[in-house]
Amino acid sequence: MDYSLFVIQTLNGLQLGVLLFLVAAGLTLTFGIMDLVNLAHGSLYMLGAFFCAVLTISTGSFLIGVALALPLTALAGFVVEFVVIRHLYSKDHLDHVLATFGLILVIDSLAQMAFRPEGYSVPLPEFLRGQVTLFSGIVFPTFRVAIIATGLLLAAALYVLVTHTRLGMLIRAGASNRTMVSALGVNIAALFSGVFVLGATIAGLAGMMIAPITEASYSMGNDIIIVTFVIIIVGGIGSMKGAFVAAILIGLIDTMGRSYLDDIFKLIMSAEYAETAAPAVSAMLVYILMAIVLAVRPQGLFPPKTR
Amino acid sequence: MTMAQEATGTDRNPALAHPDRGWTVHSTFNSIILLALAAGAPVAMYIGATFWVDIFTRLVILSIAATGLNLILGCGGMVSFGHAAFIGLGAYAAGIPTYHVLYGGFEAIATTSGFVHLAIAVVVCAVFAFLTGAICLRTKGVYFIMITMAFGQMVFFAFVSMETYGGDDGLTIDTRSEFPLISLDKPLVLYAVCFISLLATLYLVHRLTNSRFGMVLQAAKQNEERVRALGVNAYLYRLTAYVISGAICGYAGFLLGNFTTFISPEMMDWTRSGELMFMVILGGAAYLFGPIVGVAVFLVLEQTLSGVMVHWHLPFGILLILTVLFVKGGLSGLFDRWAGKHE
Repeated sequence: MDYSLFVIQTLNGLQLGVLLFLVAAGLTLTFGIMDLVNLAHGSLYMLGAFFCAVLTISTGSFLIGVALALPLTALAGFVVEFVVIRHLYSKDHLDHVLATFGLILVIDSLAQMAFRPEGYSVPLPEFLRGQVTLFSGIVFPTFRVAIIATGLLLAAALYVLVTHTRLGMLIRAGASNRTMVSALGVNIAALFSGVFVLGATIAGLAGMMIAPITEASYSMGNDIIIVTFVIIIVGGIGSMKGAFVAAILIGLIDTMGRSYLDDIFKLIMSAEYAETAAPAVSAMLVYILMAIVLAVRPQGLFPPKTR
Repeated sequence: MTMAQEATGTDRNPALAHPDRGWTVHSTFNSIILLALAAGAPVAMYIGATFWVDIFTRLVILSIAATGLNLILGCGGMVSFGHAAFIGLGAYAAGIPTYHVLYGGFEAIATTSGFVHLAIAVVVCAVFAFLTGAICLRTKGVYFIMITMAFGQMVFFAFVSMETYGGDDGLTIDTRSEFPLISLDKPLVLYAVCFISLLATLYLVHRLTNSRFGMVLQAAKQNEERVRALGVNAYLYRLTAYVISGAICGYAGFLLGNFTTFISPEMMDWTRSGELMFMVILGGAAYLFGPIVGVAVFLVLEQTLSGVMVHWHLPFGILLILTVLFVKGGLSGLFDRWAGKHE
């Protein structure tokens, strides 16, 4: 087996996993604290990518683009929370699903009216293009290394936030027992707003990081939201640790599956069948994993302890 | 309001509570709908508005699917966000055998016989519903929503990667399913088949929801522990309902595939499931004719809004949000409250 290809694909899987974690973090926070299913989370991921793309192209610098797009995405998240999400806290989950589904249509339409139809490709600065040489002479794109590093850094920062700060304590308390937190005199409205905006901004950042690789397109939000749901289901709804583990796991399985399933199938069936079956099965792999986890442990891998 | 009524929520769901309550405003409204559907397409054909025959056909087919979804959504309280997968599977059941007749291979199912297509559609969907339902129904609430959504996407991706049947580009079929004596190529014949199917579906769902089976489902929706305490296995009832619902949607898919003659994975995307659910909720989930109303309004909106602006999803999405926030019980609920004041 080709050793360098294996390492590269592992790193690719890690990069995908880290990115999925950033999107899933916001969703699992929103769900854990506010008990709100937000289908439109993917749309905020998309908005982050578009804001960054437009700002990068107009200012000429990717880093400035990201720096300016972050507060813009936070603002977008705040507006969404203030106008729509706020009214959904008292409703049941079906209402959340339908309302945020409508929200997706609204945000996507507004984006299509504001930006051009073909989407944007985001140019990278010189120092992020090119490749670095890792151990054993394996070469890997610099930007992807940057993504992995940023993602892990953010994951660590979120860990510190959730476990070592007062806000984190409120978040964990809210995930365990929302009513009690409110009864203890915490400004629930501000907490909810803050959590939602935080989640939206991190998701937007993930969009900004993937945009130079896959281009900013209107379908990216809808494409990512389902996988994100799979991650928080597998990881355990409301759990950051669960989201991280599940995201890395799914990132690796998806990437490795697509690369090696073909060859694995060829060991047990004819080349012809392998070539038609492998792409279909590797596309379904993530969902098969979800089905297995649910059959064995329906509450997810690391469910938060509730009262 | 008696305790029994309160327990089963039948005071709030008149359409499900008293099947033999006699003639009411509700029954009149429902009859008008049926008459309009029965007469609509032939009249449109007669005046040469073939465009409207297509709209009516689409309305009837989607109504079958929405009624199928309503069986588990309105009656059983199971919010499935992956039901478009069954429609897609049913459509491909009409397309794939015909594909093999034209291009060879897979001798076992290569046929244009409508009966075989229908059988494949219903059986495949029932089996898929059984296998996925067995897993999904172990969960509740939002987990259930997300899992059904994920399974729906799984089927979507599976078909996107099947290059033989067109994958992302879709599958065009040149011949519709063939039945003895009737030809689905004639628009009014196809419409008649669809309309009769809708009547059969309405009757089936009506009988199911008003039977002991339906009572168990509604009771389990209200209070599952009480049902279990009575010694009834709600899981099995729900699974059966889920399988029946999947089969109905599969049948609708079979009709849809024949109608459009173009079958693509897009039919199974989760956003389509969302639209289907919106139709059921908008029309009123607790009412037998609710889904039909919902589908009709949805199609009218789609036609008028897309004629007015390119980004018609914007007012459509806003309407959806407003409906969820402010309209309880859908349009049928609104009508009921209006009718209640005038009866």
